[in-house]
Amino acid sequence: MNTTIRELLSKLGNLPVAVDQLADDADLYTAGLSSFASVQLMLGLEDAFDIEFPDNLLNRKSFASIAAIEATVEQIIAGRKVA
Amino acid sequence: MNIAAQIGQASFGERAARVAAIARAHADQVDKEGRFPREAVDAMVVERLLGIQVPPSHGGEGATFSDIAELCSIIGQACASSAMIFAMHHIKLSSLVEHGPESPWHSTFMRRVAGEQLLLGSATTEGGIGGNLRNSICAIEVADGICRLEKDATVISYASYSDAILITSRSHKDAAPSDQVMTVFLKDQYTLERTHVWDTLGMRGTCSDGFLFKGEAPAEQIFPSPFAEIAAQSMLAASHLLWSGVWYGIAADAVAKAQAFVRAAARKSPGQTPPGALRLAEISNQLQMVRSNIIAGLKTYEDAKRDHEKLSSMGFAVAMNNIKICSSETILTIINGAMLICGIMGYKNGTPFSIGRHLRDAHSAQLMISNDRIYGNTSSMLLVHKQDTSLLG
Repeated sequence: MNTTIRELLSKLGNLPVAVDQLADDADLYTAGLSSFASVQLMLGLEDAFDIEFPDNLLNRKSFASIAAIEATVEQIIAGRKVA
Repeated sequence: MNIAAQIGQASFGERAARVAAIARAHADQVDKEGRFPREAVDAMVVERLLGIQVPPSHGGEGATFSDIAELCSIIGQACASSAMIFAMHHIKLSSLVEHGPESPWHSTFMRRVAGEQLLLGSATTEGGIGGNLRNSICAIEVADGICRLEKDATVISYASYSDAILITSRSHKDAAPSDQVMTVFLKDQYTLERTHVWDTLGMRGTCSDGFLFKGEAPAEQIFPSPFAEIAAQSMLAASHLLWSGVWYGIAADAVAKAQAFVRAAARKSPGQTPPGALRLAEISNQLQMVRSNIIAGLKTYEDAKRDHEKLSSMGFAVAMNNIKICSSETILTIINGAMLICGIMGYKNGTPFSIGRHLRDAHSAQLMISNDRIYGNTSSMLLVHKQDTSLLG
């Protein structure tokens, strides 16, 4: 999952720095993730993992770092299995 | 009884009404000469309205956004420039109130704003960023506990009259354009070199000239929270809601004039409905829509305020964007309707029904953060955000 997230971030994140140089807990907004690019990233993630982000997870915190995105996606997938 | 005791007993509304009376007396001159509404701002200081948002624990009165939006409307009915200055000051103060308690310097400064009734200015616009305040070109430099900043600020409202300016920049010289901080600079910590003159269609009294800003101050005056958080959690909502309060005030005054015009016509010819009466009903309907929309927005904000996740959610951002779009677009339709009712008496300056200044001031609303930019921002969020289809939310 981490690799897929990194690939999407590199394709859609439009970051001024190389994604492989970012630590999992690096702040993506500090790295230059714009609100438009974060929406593109969300769309990419929804498609790649066949999920939909519920509104309560559509906030800055959920997309603040690669680790945060991973946790958010895992939470959605886990919720789907229970349901 | 001393003045402080008198003010202490009067409601926010009564105090703002006294400011509005003074603002109204000078509004035409302020507009004509494009000068700072000194008398109205002095009255805000006398009525101690500049510090009301500060919590009582820091020497203020703990006024809510709803309280302040109401005052913006009261003053806006008299002089839009004065009301906009009042709104912009409180938008900056909201950043201090929400994010100031995190740092000792900002806590102390908040107390000073309330105690000394300091007027806060804002410098978020910069040459070259294309109007996107979430991007900066200039960067703050910190060395030996001192921060230095130079910014080509194409607009700083009432800069020459502010006691302090809250200014955005990149957080360091290698930071990405969106990695921003906000810093408070006090009047004796910066110089301003005028680069653009504010000679505009409306809102002429805000004196929003452009300046080359050069500041130097202790580094502790930089807000600890990133500007991205300040923008999302207090500034954008405060801007859309308090501006809307001002805009509602402009439209409400235009409708009041149109109504006075229709009533005078009705008295002259009893038994006949005056020609403007139907249109008055129409703009009264539109004004109610704007008002309901702002009230709903204020409630959404007050509810979300206790929940930081909600404040930074897309649903909240979409709601605030929609409020700004609705009020800024609809007031133009309303004021134009009022002009049609009052006819040449509305078009002419210096009559009891003059609406020219209202119409000109109102035209700034769709440009203060361009509505096209806001629509673009909302449309991008709607790609992932699912609309709440319930009626009560």
